[in-house]
Amino acid sequence: MTTSEWIVIAGGLASIAWVNWYFFMAGRGAATVQGSEIVITVDNGYSPATIRALAGAPLRLVFDRKDTSSCSEEVVFPDFGVRKFLPTGERTTIEITPPKPGKYEFMCGMSMLRGTLIAE
Amino acid sequence: MTCAACQSRVQSALQKHPGVEDAAVNLMMGNATVTYDPAATTQDELVDAVRATGYGAELQSADSTAFTEQEARDRAQAEEFVDLRRKAVVSGVAGAVAMVLSMPLMSAAAGQSHGPVADPFMRWMMSTLTPWLRSVAPWLYAIHVQTLSYGLMLLTVGVMVWAGRHFYTRAWTAFHHHSADMNTLIAVGTGAAFLYSALATLWPDFFLSRGIAPDVYYEAVIIIIALILAGNALESRAKKHTAAALRGLASLRPKTARVLRDGKEIDIEVETVSPNDTIVLRPGERVPVDGEVLSGESAIDESMLTGESLAVAKTVGDRVIGGTVNLTGSVRYRATTLGSDSVLSQIVKLMRDAQGSRAPIQRLADKVSGIFVPVVMSIAIATFVTWFVLADSAPMVRAFAAAVAVLIIACPCAMGLAVPTAVMVSTGKGAELGVLIKGGEALQRAGDLTTVAMDKTGTVTEGRPTVTDVVLVPGGPAADETRLLRLTASLERSSEHPLADAIVRYAKVRGIELAAVESFTTTTGKGLSGTIEGVPVTAGNEAMLQDGGVDVAALRADAERLAGQGKTPVYVSVGGRPAGLLAIADPIKATSREAIAQLGRLGLDVVLLTGDNERTANAIAREAGISRVVAGVLPEGKVAELKRLQAGGKVVAMVGDGINDAPALAQADVGMAVGTGTDIAAEAADVVLMRGDLRSVVEAVRLSRRTMRTMKQNLFWAFIYNVIGIPIAAGALYPMLGLLLSPILASLAMAFSSVSVVANSLRLRGFRATG
Repeated sequence: MTTSEWIVIAGGLASIAWVNWYFFMAGRGAATVQGSEIVITVDNGYSPATIRALAGAPLRLVFDRKDTSSCSEEVVFPDFGVRKFLPTGERTTIEITPPKPGKYEFMCGMSMLRGTLIAE
Repeated sequence: MTCAACQSRVQSALQKHPGVEDAAVNLMMGNATVTYDPAATTQDELVDAVRATGYGAELQSADSTAFTEQEARDRAQAEEFVDLRRKAVVSGVAGAVAMVLSMPLMSAAAGQSHGPVADPFMRWMMSTLTPWLRSVAPWLYAIHVQTLSYGLMLLTVGVMVWAGRHFYTRAWTAFHHHSADMNTLIAVGTGAAFLYSALATLWPDFFLSRGIAPDVYYEAVIIIIALILAGNALESRAKKHTAAALRGLASLRPKTARVLRDGKEIDIEVETVSPNDTIVLRPGERVPVDGEVLSGESAIDESMLTGESLAVAKTVGDRVIGGTVNLTGSVRYRATTLGSDSVLSQIVKLMRDAQGSRAPIQRLADKVSGIFVPVVMSIAIATFVTWFVLADSAPMVRAFAAAVAVLIIACPCAMGLAVPTAVMVSTGKGAELGVLIKGGEALQRAGDLTTVAMDKTGTVTEGRPTVTDVVLVPGGPAADETRLLRLTASLERSSEHPLADAIVRYAKVRGIELAAVESFTTTTGKGLSGTIEGVPVTAGNEAMLQDGGVDVAALRADAERLAGQGKTPVYVSVGGRPAGLLAIADPIKATSREAIAQLGRLGLDVVLLTGDNERTANAIAREAGISRVVAGVLPEGKVAELKRLQAGGKVVAMVGDGINDAPALAQADVGMAVGTGTDIAAEAADVVLMRGDLRSVVEAVRLSRRTMRTMKQNLFWAFIYNVIGIPIAAGALYPMLGLLLSPILASLAMAFSSVSVVANSLRLRGFRATG
């Protein structure tokens, strides 16, 4: 094998490692927010993507959608049976009460964009 | 509100109102969203606060909310479609131009380090298109290659910036969130192709000196963008149809009602109708709000809400439902439930909730979607490395094309759309048929049913006792049936017992005039007695008459025969002598027998669960064609019986009314509440049958099964598409068949894979009820 082939192999392996690290690991445990009313900006992703709240207490989540991608036009909380259309440029409020401590995922209508609600 | 100044006035009035934290008024939509402290103010006070500014305001009912939301959504979708279509068409034209311009480039490059052409599309271009173009436009081949390259580069930049910009900006913001979606794949794929081409255009010598052909892929970039935009446009249009049923229901709501105020008929907006208003309804009009008929008679078409195709006769005391259509007569009625409590509003709300739910079958797709894009990117990198190392010729070019094809062919959207679109279309279709399915999970379990347990009264039967037989003692104290009925009904009129009601109704239908009753007494659980026209009359069970010293021997044989048929005999004595018998039964619905036979044909076991005695239960079961009967069970007994069936591995539906059978409905895998049009909210039920007959159970099961089939097809297709498409794009077939996919063919496949999933879900709209 030539030098350039070895370089491509090494570069390829490093790129694969980086892609998996960046999308699966680096993003986790990023900004988390706590409170009873939380504004979540929707711009091809949720920020913050991790929310902490009290179990058993009503929670107001205000989704502020900035983008126009049809991917993020809906937000879904499968555990709460909530699917809500988010008009671009508007704030849409979802009120839920996490019944018990645990992790509840939320996602876009096609489950590409994801966030986590942690009830404690 | 017509201007921004009005908007800010209303908004500041709301913001200044005590207890309001935040208020936002939307001029376009004509609505306000207010965040307030429920302890400090109320919704009504907020409405008053807006009205004090001189503008009108009402609380939005669930259906009007759903309606405006649907409108906003439709508008957004329509704009998106127009935008996508325009961009797809323009970039498609640009793509065609780019392809023509790049042909001389390919010919120029063909003499260099290319291996055999493996991509079927490229092969076709080289063999068919090139000679033709040479003969038609020889001047094209005279242009300097460098000039052509620069021209193509500018064209590509234009298309990427104007038509494809959102792919890159969305991918970039998603990248910031450490997430990746379809846009990431397209952006990386086309971005890499463009970058490579641009470098080859700007510094061709750098490539040539290293033995790499300075190929350009401008036409591929443009055509990929055009095809994906075209696919998105088609998908956007198809998705719109999935909400058609909901849109249809929301649009049933009339805008105005004709109300009687101070003796005059005036038209007012539906929102301002108050409970107990008298509404005037003419033939051909849509019923504006729910209510109860005060006067007049008519036939009303309720098919849009219950799926019942026959018009329903309405007379004094009957309920009418907002959104249905009055056909024949004029009616005045009293408004009852309004706004978000109305039947239509509840149906719309229930459907919205259902469409927001997720089916368990989706969990796998969700898991895959979550890791899909980074995994595909890893595969693309591995593809590049493999080709680079193993290709026998032109390693760089081939490695590059294959990696880009992998990125472009992968389609996560089809997986995301597979289940939700089917749930949307199917719950909508169900609502049209009067079968309200409360969500994806209920849909999935209803598709797996093995056993249907049903309550008797009101489910299999009419739920309304009726006189079925009249037996007269020959030569007895009542001369004929009319006399017997007149005396008995007159007596029973003073009672509120359901059997008494059956007798009185029966007499009224026959036009029998009732008489006054003196010294009326009632013995709980046994019967009644009183004096009519000077004669003592007693009606009740055997014990009641025996207690009064009446010899019932002459009636016993008939009584037992009727009881054997599941009927309840009422003994009647006149002047202390036996006069006759009335048999009362709750007849089975005309549709029950056929529906139960159909359930059997669907492979379902049917069980009758009833609190009634065994004899009555058996008689009904025989008539309805049910072979398994569990009689004499209390509500807890029904729950226990369901548990027993479930323990035996059965997936059980319980069909009953939402009130008495609530515990059993909750215990069953699928609780089906037979609605009377009032208790849609029936908490315990997973499915509400608007049309109170068992054929709806058949439709619910058939629709659920069909939907599950659609979901499985969709998921299979979405998975298999990626599982097969990605390896082919990576070149898995090249060693054996010499087949490679160009990025252009990959984008064609990708654009139509998600469209086909939505189209498959839309086929559910063609579901037809059996009868």
